[in-house]
Amino acid sequence: MAGSTLASPSDEAPALARPPASPGRETWRRFRRHRLALASVGVLALLVGGVVFGGFLWPVAIDDIDFAAQLQGPSWDHPFGTDDLGQDLLARMIYGGRISLAVGFAAMAVASLIGVLVGALAGMSRRLLDPVLMWLTDLFLSLPQLPLLLLVIYLFRDSLKAVFGSQGGVFLMIVAVIGGLRWMPVARLVRAQFLSLREKEFVEAARSQGATAAHLVRRHILPNALGPVIVAASIEVSAAIIAESTLSFLGLGFPPDIPTWGRLLFDAKDHLDVAPHWALFPGGAIFLTVLSINFIGDGLRDALDPRRVL
Amino acid sequence: MADPVDPILSVSDLTVSFRSDGRWREVVHGVSFDVGPRETVALVGESGSGKSVSALSILRLLPRDASRIGGRVRFAGRELLAAPEAEMRRVRGDAIAMIFQEPMTSLNPVLTIGFQIAEALIRHRGLSRSAAEAEALRLLDKVRIPAARSRLHEYPHRFSGGMRQRVMIAMALACRPKLLIADEPTTALDVTIQAQILDLIKSLQDEEGMSVLFITHDMGVVAEIADRTVVMYRGRAVEAGPTARIFEAPVEPYTRSLLAAVPRLGTMAGRARPMRFPVVDRTTGLAAPTPETPDTVQAAERPVLEVRDLTTRFDIRSGLLGRVTGRVHAVEGVSFSIAAGETLALVGESGCGKSTTGRAILRLVEPLSGSVLLDGEDIIGLDPKALRARRQRMQMIFQDPFASLDPRMSVGAAVAEPLLINRLAAPREARRRAEDLLARVGLGPETAGRFPHEFSGGQRQRICIARALALNPRLIVADEAVSALDVSVKAQVVNLMLDLQAELGLAYLFISHDMAVVERVSHRVAVMYLGEIVEIGPRAAVFGDPQHPYTRKLLAAVPVPDPARRGERHALPDDEIRSPIRAPDYVPPERLYREVSPGHVVQDRGAGWTGSAAGEAAA
Repeated sequence: MAGSTLASPSDEAPALARPPASPGRETWRRFRRHRLALASVGVLALLVGGVVFGGFLWPVAIDDIDFAAQLQGPSWDHPFGTDDLGQDLLARMIYGGRISLAVGFAAMAVASLIGVLVGALAGMSRRLLDPVLMWLTDLFLSLPQLPLLLLVIYLFRDSLKAVFGSQGGVFLMIVAVIGGLRWMPVARLVRAQFLSLREKEFVEAARSQGATAAHLVRRHILPNALGPVIVAASIEVSAAIIAESTLSFLGLGFPPDIPTWGRLLFDAKDHLDVAPHWALFPGGAIFLTVLSINFIGDGLRDALDPRRVL
Repeated sequence: MADPVDPILSVSDLTVSFRSDGRWREVVHGVSFDVGPRETVALVGESGSGKSVSALSILRLLPRDASRIGGRVRFAGRELLAAPEAEMRRVRGDAIAMIFQEPMTSLNPVLTIGFQIAEALIRHRGLSRSAAEAEALRLLDKVRIPAARSRLHEYPHRFSGGMRQRVMIAMALACRPKLLIADEPTTALDVTIQAQILDLIKSLQDEEGMSVLFITHDMGVVAEIADRTVVMYRGRAVEAGPTARIFEAPVEPYTRSLLAAVPRLGTMAGRARPMRFPVVDRTTGLAAPTPETPDTVQAAERPVLEVRDLTTRFDIRSGLLGRVTGRVHAVEGVSFSIAAGETLALVGESGCGKSTTGRAILRLVEPLSGSVLLDGEDIIGLDPKALRARRQRMQMIFQDPFASLDPRMSVGAAVAEPLLINRLAAPREARRRAEDLLARVGLGPETAGRFPHEFSGGQRQRICIARALALNPRLIVADEAVSALDVSVKAQVVNLMLDLQAELGLAYLFISHDMAVVERVSHRVAVMYLGEIVEIGPRAAVFGDPQHPYTRKLLAAVPVPDPARRGERHALPDDEIRSPIRAPDYVPPERLYREVSPGHVVQDRGAGWTGSAAGEAAA
């Protein structure tokens, strides 16, 4: 809004039609208006519910080898078909999905947390901290990600395994590596938002009332900066799932016996011509997860912004 | 209207609807008016009255899929609303030219102005490149741009706002239009520049024989320029007629209330105290008697605020190592004091340092030197914690009430926030106090749960005032607090501020560029120019007997909302507002001040004053 435009859109007569609702309800009402986001919540709930509770509904062992049923397409016995060892793909996807989704959300949390922290510190600093943190961000951005990932995994896989066990160690390492290498976009976004918000008049108004810097950040700057961060974070989830898939695809993620969605894709690639279903189901699951999380992020951003007339 | 000659533009029964949420909403309801040849017609109204939309729909510049235009628009015998798009393109810029409010954004920053003007000439008039450049030069001369030949090849950022608006006018004139539509062309400009542009438009109209449709919210500008006036209110033309008749004998209640709310320079002669605006009933147009404001100034006590030699400079750094290559001398050696219950107005044009002064007093920007005594205690050099405690006693109201409210915070929470920040009340108690404060500024307690975007501009400014009052301050710095508001709303907010001053004994530092409002509200006035106070004194003395040439120039430039006094003004020289940027080694000269009458002090213009000589000649 340009400072020179007239700020008053109408007369003094109040044009307040709706009674004020409580903020939580209001947010939910706004979110419901976003149809795609609402549908995406359903899809994501189905996926999460599927991987969490699917094991009870489909109690088939993931490592049941049945050479009589190699590379079968979907059937009543094996709804998602089987792989080259005759293992049931539905059971494997339920099991692996837990890990894929957990990696996605945990890595998102790590990346967003570091990103918001670095961005906020840089955005509020008026001295040396800002350039230093931004150099660090640029440094991280310029690192080639995949080789670095490979190097870290090569160096630390065994020591972590020793401490946290094979699955736990790899999980921690992958979350740390993906989260630790993907915070930069969030940090830049947050910094840019902070830089513009901290000069806004309402922040200055709060400052003139005696607010401390911490109060300004907590009550005024961060809530207003969060919209783009939510969208970025939702993209981060998808990026983490895909990154994990890439690692597993390269055979460097979880051990081969843990069928994460990415690992399933990796295994399926040699049989694409005879058993396309093997790749289609995990690929479709990743696709649906990523898409629905992005839509939910969109909807959340709109719903959390009281200025939007929805 | 029975005009002896055919009108050049005839708008009859114009309706405009916009689609929102799938429904069509009519915003302009059957507006009719004519513009005769060589005539200036003003469309005047407050924001949201549909004046700009009407003008845009004449040129069919509204988005086609989201708007619907009805009625008839005849221009030079052609029906514009039925014309094919290709023909409209020929009309736009060729027969009808338009200039806009924001000269800053209407020029392409990467092309020289000469190129941009020449482009229009080549496209519309089919001139060759060299002929177009020569013509562009002639046009720049015509709009009185000094040293036009050398400035032809400069980029827009080298031009000030007023000069850019001149360039825009030159472009509009490029094709010798029959009609010029000017949409708030001077609203974003300073008063002295506004006066220059108005003069320019008037004289160009005589030279070129164009008609002008002038859209504005400023009754002073209307009185200055328009032959006939159409008053718009909520999408309707409520009153139309010759400008002199509208001002002398308004018929409609709305016109009367609008005119009553217009601050007029000079109405305060012979009054010592500020005066409320008359309250006019919108339905009857009758003004209630204006109650006299009580004498609020506590002259005997020690002043609330004493500012001594306040100086604020900003470094301009450039180059790889961030060397200081210049300094903005925003505030230079400013001294004044404000007593409890007193209003000191700080007036001046953009870039004169008046806002920086206000911010430096609250230490929202750090002053370089000087002292700011609040109730006798110097707040410069206080540590952050002590400063936060002192800030409770001085609060600020900003120009843009929307920008100064957190869009994510309900109004009640925003008003309660200062209490919570300073731990003066528990959350429940703060909520209750917030409702009281909102009631005090004329808003119901049920508004507390709503968000800023649900309020109009005037209501938002009331909320900001309620928030500023929450801490029971002694001093309120009002930085252009009413400048962005419509006239009638402005009058209401000013009245509220005066009432609060009478009730609570507040001291105001009223920062404004609007001389007419300043005359109304202030006890004393300080005029700033290039970071320095050039004249300070009691309001009656400064307005009645201005001593400094800059004060005189400023007062002469204010448009007078009285068509009978048109042309009384002295012609203003076409100079620009000078920049306060200086070389890093610049040492400001010693200033001498002389006292004209008790309390009325003027900067002696010795070698230091380098303002326009014509300002002195006008005196």
